[in-house]
Amino acid sequence: MNQPKERWSTRIGVILAVTGSAVGLGNFLRFPGKAAQYEGGAFMIPYFIALLLLGLPIAWAEWVMGRYGGVRGHNSLPGIFRVVWRSRFSPYLGVLGLVIPVAIYMYYVYIEAWCLGYAWKFATGQMAMGTDKTRYAEFFTRFVGLQQHGAAFDFSSISFLDSSLFFMMICFLLNFVIIYRGLSRGIELFCKWAMPALILCALIVLIRVLTLGTPDPSKPDQNVLNGLGFMWNLGWGGKTLWQSLGDAQMWLEAAGQIFFSLSVGFGIISCYASYLKPDDDIALSSLTAVAGNEFCEVALGGLISVPAAFVFLGAAGVMEATRSTFNLGFMTLPMIFNTMPLGQFVGAIFFFLLFLAALTSSISMLQPAIALLEEGLGLGRRASVSVLGFVTACGTAFVVYFSKDAVALDTFDFWVGSVCIYVLATIQVILFGWVIGVERGHKEIQRGAEIRIPRVFLYIIRYVSPVYLLVVFAIWLYQTAGQYVRRVGTEPAVAMSVGFLLLMFVFFLMITAQSVRRWNRSHPLKKEESGL
Amino acid sequence: MTLSGWVVMIVSVGAVTGLLAWCIYRVLKEPEAPERLHAPDEIDTHDQE
Repeated sequence: MNQPKERWSTRIGVILAVTGSAVGLGNFLRFPGKAAQYEGGAFMIPYFIALLLLGLPIAWAEWVMGRYGGVRGHNSLPGIFRVVWRSRFSPYLGVLGLVIPVAIYMYYVYIEAWCLGYAWKFATGQMAMGTDKTRYAEFFTRFVGLQQHGAAFDFSSISFLDSSLFFMMICFLLNFVIIYRGLSRGIELFCKWAMPALILCALIVLIRVLTLGTPDPSKPDQNVLNGLGFMWNLGWGGKTLWQSLGDAQMWLEAAGQIFFSLSVGFGIISCYASYLKPDDDIALSSLTAVAGNEFCEVALGGLISVPAAFVFLGAAGVMEATRSTFNLGFMTLPMIFNTMPLGQFVGAIFFFLLFLAALTSSISMLQPAIALLEEGLGLGRRASVSVLGFVTACGTAFVVYFSKDAVALDTFDFWVGSVCIYVLATIQVILFGWVIGVERGHKEIQRGAEIRIPRVFLYIIRYVSPVYLLVVFAIWLYQTAGQYVRRVGTEPAVAMSVGFLLLMFVFFLMITAQSVRRWNRSHPLKKEESGL
Repeated sequence: MTLSGWVVMIVSVGAVTGLLAWCIYRVLKEPEAPERLHAPDEIDTHDQE
């Protein structure tokens, strides 16, 4: 732990890296879909309440624990938990902060490849398939291999260079090249140009959508203004605002959207914050990263997908399209781009922006495991990248092979991308609110701070956020877990996916155990180092 | 688009855009924090060898 530490080279670099980690496909596809399904305007009320009570407090808690652990030589969540909560079990709770990002990377890099593939195919004119949506659905099924297991490896009907596997290999390589270059020369440098490029792409698409007018004069109601109204009006479904706000499901979905959109509970923010200097500001940096994510989600994502879909499909078409993120993103929107003037260009730009959003997120998913391999096992950068490359390649191949109805992807997403994230976020918020406590937490967050965080937020973290989180988690689990648990017993591919995840959990548990032994020998915890 | 729709859109988009603009202004206005040395976590003095 006395090796020279990596650092962020600039403050704006870490902010862009954290924002890039948070901004993903959900900002441009999931958020507008959920908002449209829950009557647009009314959805924003529970959405902003969840941002204040859940998203922002947990983000601050993650930044505080990350910087605290980093100052004491730890960059991985097991190490950070070890110094925050002096308990022999605490590093093992941090294992979730390795399993979650790595497992999500295994399927996220495949989705990233779809975005790159679609961008390339739009740019080269291969996506010009007319206005029949079934053709886009068939293309997506064949491209991703949804028809049967192993279909993505079958090149009898599609050439290798046109396949999702080819684009996946490009994305995989790109991720590891960036990670291999290190924190400041890799992640930070990449995010410094990728995030502005992403926003520029989104603005180009936004201008095109807002200038669509009424493309079909025979359907005068299907115009941009009504499209925006469909997204933002209050009570268009014949309900009053109070009736809409009485929908418990809407509050649940809004909380879930905030939670997943900000990437809290992944362990990534703590890892990134651990590379800060001891007196670097975290209060303003964290708020800026949150604001950047919200800008991409509300101001860009909220004005693009749904209004564009409404203009060409009408209200019923939007409701059907927004039932699934993949349906909206990879079947409906490509058809819409092909229907609008300059559609080929706009389609290429839109999917390139999704690709950038996915890439800035996926690189962040690799850093926590790299950090543990380096600080826990003492591996060099090349060795740690090689080990993680092998592990993630196995996992991604597994996800790509079990592609029928995206069963492995769906299983990974449920058990890790949802259940484990809720669990880790709850652990983090309890550690901050109850182990660190309000007084010491406030002192730590204000160290080097350039804005003053109102003390009320610390009480929110201690009392409100855990309850809010647990209630949302419990209801969500009650509604969805049953079918996933049943599928483990009835579908072999689901059982194998869960088995794979357990294997990975054991793998990281063993590495953590070895790391703890190493840390205890070389750097035993002193009494004053525990807690804050 | 109803009046309430305009209000919700302008308030939502305006709030996140305004917040981001204010944050970026504050970030760019303040100089980077200086590096301070914190022994013993970051410096191995080998004084126990």
